[in-house]
Amino acid sequence: MASKAVYSQHRDPLLKKRDDFEDILEERRKTSDLRYALRCYTPALYKGLTPCTVSDLKTMVLQSDQLLYVINQVSKETGTATDEIQLEAEAILEEMAHRLQLTTVRFFAFTLSKIFKTLFRSICVNEEGIQRLQQAIQEHPVVLLPSHRSYMDFLLVSYILYTYDLALPVIAAGMDFMGMKIVGEMLRMSGAFFIRRSFGGDKLYWAVFSEYVKTMLKNGFAPVEFFLEGTRSRTAKSLTPKLGLLNIVMDPFLKGQVFDVSLVPVSISYERILEEALYARELLGVPKPKESTSGLFKARKILSENYGSIHVYFGQPVSARSLAEGRVDRSQFNLTPRHIPSKPSEGIQDFVNDSAFRLVRSQEENMVLKPWVLLAALLLQNQAAGNKLGVLVEDLTEQAVWLRDLSRQFGAFLHWPDHVPPSRVVSSSLSLHRSLVRVSEGRVQLNSESGSGFPPAAMTPEEELLSKAVVVLSCASYRNQVLHVFIRAALLACAVHSVTGSRKQEIFNTFSFLRNMFSNEFILRPGAEVQDFEEACYLLVKSAVLQIHQQEVLVTDSGHRTLAFLTSILDPFVQGYQMVCRFLCEEATETLTENQFVPAVRKFFIKHLLTGGLKYVEVLSSDLQKNALAALLRLGAVQKLRGGADQGTLKVNTVMVNSLEDTLGGKLPTQKTLAARL
Amino acid sequence: MKWNGWGYSDSRFLFNKKGQAEFTGNRYRLSGMIIPGLKDWMEGTFGANLQHKTQATVSPILFFFSILSIVSAAFVEELKSTGIPFSHEAEDRVFRAHGKKAHFTHFNFWFEKVLFINVTLFFFFFYCHNDVVKIVELACKHNVCLIPYGGGTSVSSALECPPEETRSIVSLDTSQMNRILWIDEKNLTAHVESGIVGQDLERLLNESGYCTGHEPDSMEFSSLGGWVATRASGMKKNIYGNIEDLVIHIKMVTPRGVIEKSCQGPRMSTGPDIHHFILGSEGTLGVVTEVTIKIRPMPEYQKYGSVVFPNFEQGVACLREVARQRCAPASIRLMDNEQFKFGHALKPQVSSIFTSFLDGLKKFYITKFKGFDPNRLCVATLLFEGPREKVLQHEKQVYDIAAKFGGLAAGEDNGQRGYMLTFVIAYLRDLGMDYYVIGESFETSVPWDRVLDICRNVKARIIRECKDKGVQFPPLSTCRVTQTYDAGACVYFYFAFNYRGLSDPVHVYEQVEHAAREEILANGGSLSHHHGVGKLRKEWMRETVSNVGVGMLKSVKDYVDPNNIFGNRNLL
Repeated sequence: MASKAVYSQHRDPLLKKRDDFEDILEERRKTSDLRYALRCYTPALYKGLTPCTVSDLKTMVLQSDQLLYVINQVSKETGTATDEIQLEAEAILEEMAHRLQLTTVRFFAFTLSKIFKTLFRSICVNEEGIQRLQQAIQEHPVVLLPSHRSYMDFLLVSYILYTYDLALPVIAAGMDFMGMKIVGEMLRMSGAFFIRRSFGGDKLYWAVFSEYVKTMLKNGFAPVEFFLEGTRSRTAKSLTPKLGLLNIVMDPFLKGQVFDVSLVPVSISYERILEEALYARELLGVPKPKESTSGLFKARKILSENYGSIHVYFGQPVSARSLAEGRVDRSQFNLTPRHIPSKPSEGIQDFVNDSAFRLVRSQEENMVLKPWVLLAALLLQNQAAGNKLGVLVEDLTEQAVWLRDLSRQFGAFLHWPDHVPPSRVVSSSLSLHRSLVRVSEGRVQLNSESGSGFPPAAMTPEEELLSKAVVVLSCASYRNQVLHVFIRAALLACAVHSVTGSRKQEIFNTFSFLRNMFSNEFILRPGAEVQDFEEACYLLVKSAVLQIHQQEVLVTDSGHRTLAFLTSILDPFVQGYQMVCRFLCEEATETLTENQFVPAVRKFFIKHLLTGGLKYVEVLSSDLQKNALAALLRLGAVQKLRGGADQGTLKVNTVMVNSLEDTLGGKLPTQKTLAARL
Repeated sequence: MKWNGWGYSDSRFLFNKKGQAEFTGNRYRLSGMIIPGLKDWMEGTFGANLQHKTQATVSPILFFFSILSIVSAAFVEELKSTGIPFSHEAEDRVFRAHGKKAHFTHFNFWFEKVLFINVTLFFFFFYCHNDVVKIVELACKHNVCLIPYGGGTSVSSALECPPEETRSIVSLDTSQMNRILWIDEKNLTAHVESGIVGQDLERLLNESGYCTGHEPDSMEFSSLGGWVATRASGMKKNIYGNIEDLVIHIKMVTPRGVIEKSCQGPRMSTGPDIHHFILGSEGTLGVVTEVTIKIRPMPEYQKYGSVVFPNFEQGVACLREVARQRCAPASIRLMDNEQFKFGHALKPQVSSIFTSFLDGLKKFYITKFKGFDPNRLCVATLLFEGPREKVLQHEKQVYDIAAKFGGLAAGEDNGQRGYMLTFVIAYLRDLGMDYYVIGESFETSVPWDRVLDICRNVKARIIRECKDKGVQFPPLSTCRVTQTYDAGACVYFYFAFNYRGLSDPVHVYEQVEHAAREEILANGGSLSHHHGVGKLRKEWMRETVSNVGVGMLKSVKDYVDPNNIFGNRNLL
């Protein structure tokens, strides 16, 4: 079964077999782009497809039992005539719907070819994945789930599908794109449909939206594409999946309206992200520029730079049916008409959540890692260690080779050219990322002056710190790409490190405490504690770092280097969370609201960074701060007040926050009770 | 009759020396005819090859000789004194230890596992209600397990002896209780002994100008008592009703005594209807001995019909509309595309050039002129009954509705052949067995809005399961809608596959059947529409009727039969 691949990969990462890549730009560089854009396009379609036009689709949605039911319901509640609500629904659909047409696609095929060729060295695609996808498209309705790191993502996926003569997807896009007038419309004509960012209580909107997606899926109109992560990850770490759309696409299967749905995770890895510096500044609190067509033109200066290569890996299609097997009792839908909308039961929510995590993890696992990712991890650790002079290139190379071997042992999908001497690999990586690193006198260090946009002269210490932070955060966004490989082992390493003694049970307690603490930060599947622990043990035993006995966990002599690396890769996060806790205990006022939280924490952090009380510049990332707050909210150490004048005010349980901080710092042993509660 | 398969020994399919299929005997319309399309269809559908014939199986008698008959001697002695005939010939015993229809597969494979089968040790013919009362009393006294046996057409393993049963098992064969005791023309009822077989009942009533109108597909062999015990359904239920609508009075012998109502009022408000404890009790509470059943004057006029639809979706929509308008003919059935093709393959050789020319013309009209895709179209068969004028009027009404859904009238002959196939299809299974093909059918009932979904999903599930379980050839997976109700329909599935290359085909077959049933339940279908639960579907009873439901049934059983004398262990 397709999904088996998802599970089994965790057992022995070394046995993971992955497909080879093929560069699709190579062909583009040789033959005419125009002919390519105009070529005959006849994709294989879903076998159960009932051919219909874009406007048929709209009619089907507007006449669906589900929508009619909601229209009646809303009409009863508000006293508005159904005709009016029907019109409203039509307007919503009009605003939302895509208008996929081939001419626009051909236009994009042409222009994107030109752009891609200037920007990227290569776009590598696993052809076997494409073949599997082609099979899947014919068999069952398909949902494409790409990772989301850049605006480029969905254009890229459509471009690739066009190149391989596959059915073009319809893509759920955020409404903010619509702000860009012409581009918005063009995206619409290339298959994007637009959803409002929030429509919490709007029943009608939800009904139109979900029915629209389901109709396209059930009829096999086109593969449906959306981003599980909901938004672009600014940190290059996978984001906790959003469940709304996954719930919608699972629904037709769960209610028996289609036999199965194939969920295809797609991993897109950029050697250099176009938005690199933009993200770092956004994380530091410089607001994100509003998407606008003119902004896009300004951004064209990026065209003159080299962004390396892109790897796109189409993962094994996961069958919704086999995910649900033994987990979901589908007969629970037998007793109410299926067109009456209902909130998914707890069991269904858990199932969808669990599936989402599995899918994001398989996205992660198939992300191609470039050597630079390892270098970034090493350089950041060096810098944090207080090495002002930078590291010798030879030392860096030696460390990189060591880390390469380690990450391979851990099952990383590393694209390290083995036929090239390591020194060459290192130097070419460094030169591609010269905006972030500086090599002088045989030493490498992070380029602290490159904060492009900050005037070099007359900088206050704070400005200097922020400009350094831009580089560090950019660098961290590369290091972050490898975190998913090490995270479980790193949690275990931290646990081993902080527990005095070697009792396995205690180590497990600390492990699950840390795991729970960081589950907003990393992709850690809810309820998979024991599995993750076993996996971490397995990896560390296999790489001869730990010896695990019945009751005891011992560190081998050769294991200290790995252990040190693993603890320090997690250290910025541990310290960041600790500091957030400290902030909440020391500085949080009675009236601190959720919106004020990030600026206040940032101020607090900057103060401590400048006085040297804080080692890691990267804790300035608002992502980390928000995740920490979310974790504390989840654990009940902080409460968010609702309603009234206090709306959004944070109420801090100082005792608990304090004890969490100490436990994170290893000052307190993980209390049984705490671990049990968490 | 055959001991190891369906139907009459003289009727069967075979491939003659020229490699053409032929149906032997003279009982059916197809009998004695050559069926030229069958070979290609079998080869095309299953990848079966006439060269690959299954080895003949050995008579079971050899195997059952060794089974010892340990019956309480006292019981036998007392029985002899009652003068009721009994037999313990091995072949009789095997015959009665299994349903005929379903477990044909097991016969070819079970001999390897013969030790696991528990076989009836004796079986009794009995001739009247009082005989039954005596035997049941004796069985209670000696703690002997009784299993009632009617026509033996069960497909739910209901007649299999439970392997865990350690007592002597005695089969009660009702086949000699086959008389119509009286006919009441004033009330239009007939009082009949329960062992009477469907076709005999119908024939005897016809002689007096009446009929019951209850025509399950098994009516050649199944008995009145069996219908009551399983909640049977007949093809023409739209006019006559299902068995629960037909019975007026039931007499059943239980270990506690005889249960019956005191009058024959057409409806009563006297608490829960005790008939409904008996209907569907599947032989777990006692033996039904006599039934008063409604009768109707024989219909003046019968007319078959058929409609071709461009696709199954349209066909279902039409049936739904017919049900909405409550104008269903005596029978209306919709076959899917695969069954349509199958029906086509069973067309006998045409005798004249003219007929074949006409067939060609029809085909041309439907596929070319009307644009029907031969791989999607499906056909509904119809049977109208009643006064001639009303039938014609009714026919027009139904055809008008069909036209709204793109349906084209396709002639009486196609309709009639459709119904004949129902009887003949069982024989085809035996032919399949000879060429490594095994198959089965099963049914469900489902609300209208789920009919299409359940058909698609169950068929797809069968195909996927076969593939996953290593079946080398694509299976036949097909369905038809056989009954319409106000709120839903009855759907019948057939599946069959070529098991060449499988080491344990019976196991695969059971797994596929199991998976298909799970799929039915997950898609809002019922556990059974009319086959019953037996032992085959027992595991799903609790989720089907809830814990309390099972408890209610259990407590009835505990009161009526505290020592589990009727120990076939069906249902619960």
